[in-house]
Amino acid sequence: MSAEEEKPGWGSLPIGAVLLTPGAAERNKTGTWQLKRPMLDEKKCTNCLICWIYCPEPAIARGAKTIQFAYDYCKGCGICATECPTKAITMMEES
Amino acid sequence: MVTLKELSTQELFGPGHRMCTGCGPATMARITMKALQKPAIVVNATGCLEVASTIYPDTAWKVPWVHTLFENTAAVASGIEASLRKEGKADAVDIVAFGGDGGTFDIGLQALSGALERKHDFTYICYDNEAYMNTGIQRSGATPYGAATTTTPAGSKIPGKTDAKKDLIGICVAHGVEFAATASIAFWNDYITKVRRATAVKGPTVIHVLAPCPLGWRFETSQTIKLAKLAVQTRYFPLYEVENGNYKLSMKIPKPTPLEEFLKPQGRFRHLFAPQFAKDLEELKRQVESNWNRVARLCGEIPSQTPPSPSQPAG
Amino acid sequence: MTKTISQKIIGMNGDEAVAFAAKQAQVDVVAAYPITPQTIIVERFSDYVANGEVDTQYVCVESEHSALSACVGSSLAGSRVFTATSSQGLALMHEVLYLASGLRTPIVMAVANRALSAPINIHNDHSDMMGSRDCGWIQIYAENAQESYDWTLQAFRIAEDHKVSLPVTVNLDGFTISHAMEGVSVLEEDEVTRFLGRRTPMYKLDIAKPMTFGALTLPDYYSEFKQQQVEAMKNAPPVITSVANEFNRISGRQYSNLSGFNMSDADAAVVCMGSVAGTARTVATKLRKQGKRVGVLKVWQYRPFPTQEVARALSKVKSVGVIDRAVSFGAPYGALCSDIASTKVLTGIQTKIFNVICGLGGRDIKPADIEGIFERALRHAEGAPIDDPLTLLGVRP
Repeated sequence: MSAEEEKPGWGSLPIGAVLLTPGAAERNKTGTWQLKRPMLDEKKCTNCLICWIYCPEPAIARGAKTIQFAYDYCKGCGICATECPTKAITMMEES
Repeated sequence: MVTLKELSTQELFGPGHRMCTGCGPATMARITMKALQKPAIVVNATGCLEVASTIYPDTAWKVPWVHTLFENTAAVASGIEASLRKEGKADAVDIVAFGGDGGTFDIGLQALSGALERKHDFTYICYDNEAYMNTGIQRSGATPYGAATTTTPAGSKIPGKTDAKKDLIGICVAHGVEFAATASIAFWNDYITKVRRATAVKGPTVIHVLAPCPLGWRFETSQTIKLAKLAVQTRYFPLYEVENGNYKLSMKIPKPTPLEEFLKPQGRFRHLFAPQFAKDLEELKRQVESNWNRVARLCGEIPSQTPPSPSQPAG
Repeated sequence: MTKTISQKIIGMNGDEAVAFAAKQAQVDVVAAYPITPQTIIVERFSDYVANGEVDTQYVCVESEHSALSACVGSSLAGSRVFTATSSQGLALMHEVLYLASGLRTPIVMAVANRALSAPINIHNDHSDMMGSRDCGWIQIYAENAQESYDWTLQAFRIAEDHKVSLPVTVNLDGFTISHAMEGVSVLEEDEVTRFLGRRTPMYKLDIAKPMTFGALTLPDYYSEFKQQQVEAMKNAPPVITSVANEFNRISGRQYSNLSGFNMSDADAAVVCMGSVAGTARTVATKLRKQGKRVGVLKVWQYRPFPTQEVARALSKVKSVGVIDRAVSFGAPYGALCSDIASTKVLTGIQTKIFNVICGLGGRDIKPADIEGIFERALRHAEGAPIDDPLTLLGVRP
């Protein structure tokens, strides 16, 4: 069976191409786009959340003391590293 | 004033979308959804945000969301608002419309004008990346003087776009809206405050938010916020709000950063630094200054006796 | 056998009859924009609003494109919606027509058929609706004000049926029907309320249950949604018939996809849509008195086209003159005749077909014109070859 034939057919799809599952895009792991990935120096992080508010994906999760990168989604834009006021984030080349 | 920590961690515009690396409008959408304080219905024009966030069967949205066509966003929002009014639910819901600069300044202007004139209760947010980006960087009514786009390329004779940027807020204010404002994604606090102010109004409101595009403006993806900041700090994109026709400057910028610092990192302005286009660079600077003075004068920041410059483009 | 049906007769023109039906249907939202000859529909409805006779959100939009766009928004929000247009307005809405059918939004729109510019002409022909006949809407053609009222009511039921979920146009000839007064039998308000019920949307914009409408589909999905629309069109005729049967029980008027007059033993017939059918029946009656075996086949349900039913109606008919009220420039036949010809190819009926295009830009179709068509059909029925498969009738050289 070809890849096309594996997809659902007209009889099982909701009419009018309506999408019933909110946030279904989460299955699309855009982390594969990365050419670089952000690395956090936790000692420098003040948990100011500037990186979190500017991330376009979002690929940054808030924690109690610091942030965590969601590498599954991070596209490696580097905005977080540029905007971090304490330079706690470095963009590393993918090896 | 808002603190980042008090904002919800809920991502109503979630990850897995296919906006470009470093996309300004993606950040705009995220911040907007965090600003909203009531359940929202989002109406989205055709354009980057819509296309890249809802490729069947994926959707990045966790709110009721509709995209129809390119130019009718405000008309569709009007219809939804009428339905909610009929059901008595209009006050419990925020209707937020997103349109790009192409879908607002140009093709969407008629529908927006009609919706504003009829005073539907919704907030229209124009995310401005200063060209038709989704179709590959063509000039719009929001493209600034001197910018290179694929339909206003910088050739050997012509220096990119030779028309000025339309004054969207002025157009909206002329409709008598209670609140209209400009914003920049770099100033998240100012933007969130304005979104909250706008959605609290019972009536139509408009926000014109600058959201840089790394691909279209041709800059390195990590610089999106920096450029959105420089746009304001150079006075290129004044931040102001208009409440019932009264203009107020949101950020005074007493010592503007030289415009070159905003222009130089962007490939779309590179040609302006060639000797043959030196006078066009000067013209852009003159227009930026003239526009700033126009806005500042409206905001009461400089006396109105200062004679206006010969041509007054806007932004 | 029939129960006593309580109906008032009100003198109304076609536009007023449509507005009255929309009022009785208790539409939630109406988008209004003026264009001759539909304007009376929205004007009359606005009187109902101003006098508190309806609890409808009445939105005076700034163009027809926005009128239908607002209707799509409202329909997605779960409302019963209505609008009306003609000619240039319908043409301006063209992309929104496809949007509405693609998003499967039930909407009822009355079209007071008027010629398309250029040259500008405000009078009746079918070029407006024919210009958009492939848009995926169900298209009904009414013959008079009574049918305009009756079909508008039925249209809400048809559109909102979950097996259909398609928008519907009710077409009425501009000026000829829209502005001509008749005694229209109207149902009691509560009878209509019982007949129509309230709309129960399949999917809607709802903060309690977020959904995404209008996603982009790439080549791997688009066709499946078009197939769904094809299936909905197939589901429509039985729904139309069952709604018509129920409507007959409450009104005494029976609708269907076609209406035949003296067709069962006709050798020759005229096939047509809209107000001209009335003239055709009058002429047919006169010719029958002369012993000529003629009939009239009127198509109510133009889209989806009732191919099998047309074939059955024409199975013993030797020749038909098909009247089109619009030119399909560069095409071998006008739109309706094209569908009749396709029917012939698909079903194997032997009926000889010729196409007469007439009544363009409101030019009167006189009884003598129709008589000429019947006479031609009778000659072809007797074996005369069809030299003129397509004629534009009565054009001065």
